[in-house]
Amino acid sequence: MSPSEPTSAETLLYLDGVTVSFEGFKALNNLSLLLERGEMRAVIGPNGAGKTTMMDVITGKTRPDAGEVIYKNVDLTRLDEADIAALGIGRKFQKPTVFETHTVWDNLLLANAGNRRIFPTLFARESPDERERIEEILEQIRLSDHRYRLAGALSHGQKQWLEIGMLLAQEPELLLVDEPAAGMTEAETEATAMLLREINRSRSLLVVEHDMGFVRSLEAKVTVLHEGSVLAEGSLENVSNDPRVIEVYLGR
Amino acid sequence: MNRAEFSVRTAALTVFAAALILVALNLALPTHSAIHVPAYIVTLAGKYLCYAILAVALDLIWGFVGVLSLGHAAFFALGGYAMGMYLMREIGTRGVYGNPILPDFMVFLNWTKLPWYWHGFDMFWFACLMVLAVPGLLALVFGYFAFRSRVSGVYLSIITQALTYALMLAFFRNDMGFGGNNGLTDFKDILGFSLHAERTRAALLLASAAFLSAELLLCRALVRSRFGKILIAIRDAEDRARFLGYRTETFKVAVFVLSAMMAAVGGALYVPQVGIINPSEFSPANSIEAVIWVAVGGRGTLSGAALGAVLVNFAKTYFTSALPDFWLYALGGLFILVTLFLPNGILGALAFHRRGKSAETAANPVRAKGSLV
Repeated sequence: MSPSEPTSAETLLYLDGVTVSFEGFKALNNLSLLLERGEMRAVIGPNGAGKTTMMDVITGKTRPDAGEVIYKNVDLTRLDEADIAALGIGRKFQKPTVFETHTVWDNLLLANAGNRRIFPTLFARESPDERERIEEILEQIRLSDHRYRLAGALSHGQKQWLEIGMLLAQEPELLLVDEPAAGMTEAETEATAMLLREINRSRSLLVVEHDMGFVRSLEAKVTVLHEGSVLAEGSLENVSNDPRVIEVYLGR
Repeated sequence: MNRAEFSVRTAALTVFAAALILVALNLALPTHSAIHVPAYIVTLAGKYLCYAILAVALDLIWGFVGVLSLGHAAFFALGGYAMGMYLMREIGTRGVYGNPILPDFMVFLNWTKLPWYWHGFDMFWFACLMVLAVPGLLALVFGYFAFRSRVSGVYLSIITQALTYALMLAFFRNDMGFGGNNGLTDFKDILGFSLHAERTRAALLLASAAFLSAELLLCRALVRSRFGKILIAIRDAEDRARFLGYRTETFKVAVFVLSAMMAAVGGALYVPQVGIINPSEFSPANSIEAVIWVAVGGRGTLSGAALGAVLVNFAKTYFTSALPDFWLYALGGLFILVTLFLPNGILGALAFHRRGKSAETAANPVRAKGSLV
């Protein structure tokens, strides 16, 4: 399972032997995973398999006890959240997390690429470029008509889209998306899968998901996590027929 | 929203105009005139405005960044002490012991030398610098460690209480060199003007009003900038802001330091008007009272914080003379009532009422926002 040539030009993200334990419990156990540039990967696995912890490690929220996380030849385990975001990794949370007392527009404005230090933000003005970019994203996430509403007033599905839009505004090369379809209606789930495939034309994605129908519509390579390490990897067809996968996950 | 938007500017203007009128009615009219304002009212108003300066500083960090500091009066008191040290040195040979260098309490303790940290406080500009530098530095060090270790919520509130409590105990000690229990008092003049002269007191009221107005306008400009939007973002969803690439602890430390320095100026203006500073100003209850002013006026509204400080202290002045035993119950009751019935404070309730009325305009906003600033 462990990749042989981690530094090939096509490799975007490479986790090697990552272990995280919380008071004896190994949330990640010698996890290795390789993501190619431009790839969309779906990560599935039962509860407690380590999916969210894996995202925490990649984005700098949790430091691993052992192992490396290499993104474009940079070891992420030494950096904090802000540095990692600046390198081009965006993260969407499981529970939609937007700035509820800001308008949809301001949410996107704050996410838009730009200088994040104190003094530049004191004197920052909305530029025409920024406006154009935000309009584009509003279009893409289907929230153009809601731009001046407070984010807190949006429906659950709209908040999920807004958060994805905020990720896009960040202009990341890699998007980590945690259960984007959770709590969505069937139509919203379908629209979300389309949106992610559209995003995948120009960016790489790592999508954690429970909903197998949704994973199928992503048309992506699947990695199955179990007890903190990779159990199987391949097309959805292949992994669904893998007896070990059926035993721990699908068969239940 | 446009009317609400003006409210901070209007408040700043009102504060200054009201102070001017008070001063005019005090100085320009003969004392037997029916509308002459006695000097004690001028001083009382000045005191209220200093509390309002503290309240606005607290509202900036609590209302907009979500950091509930229960130790903000410590910065106010430190600013007060720095100004008090200058006022002590100004006494010169007019003290009871007539020592040109040592303040009375040091002579009383048989000290022969001025402690090193009292040097320079005979110069007004140096004292002013220290009014900002000492609380600013303390806030920087405290904020750096607290926010970088990601201490937040109740835990942060508790350690801010501990901070002000520790300072209170330290300042109570005689060998700290700040007058111990009695603090610093018996001031004579400031910059050569007698502190007992009506004109000096009027000038101090105007200075307090001017600073409060400037503080309101500065905070308004801050929270309306992109910087301010980031502060609100941190308040609402700090993790989201972090993963968007904002180093949120740096923003928090910066605002904490600014807020501490503004509170300190309030303290520095307070001391010459009330004529004393002692360790009880560090008492944790003072910081909690300041939080109540902000809650009553309206958290996150700036002008509401100033209004709350003035109203609650007006009530306090009344109660502590009419029903002295009743004040703490009244304060507690007020806090409960506001929490239950006016969760957004007086200004928040007014703004809500107004928005309800102007639903027509709200349906077609240029830029509808929840902000009251």
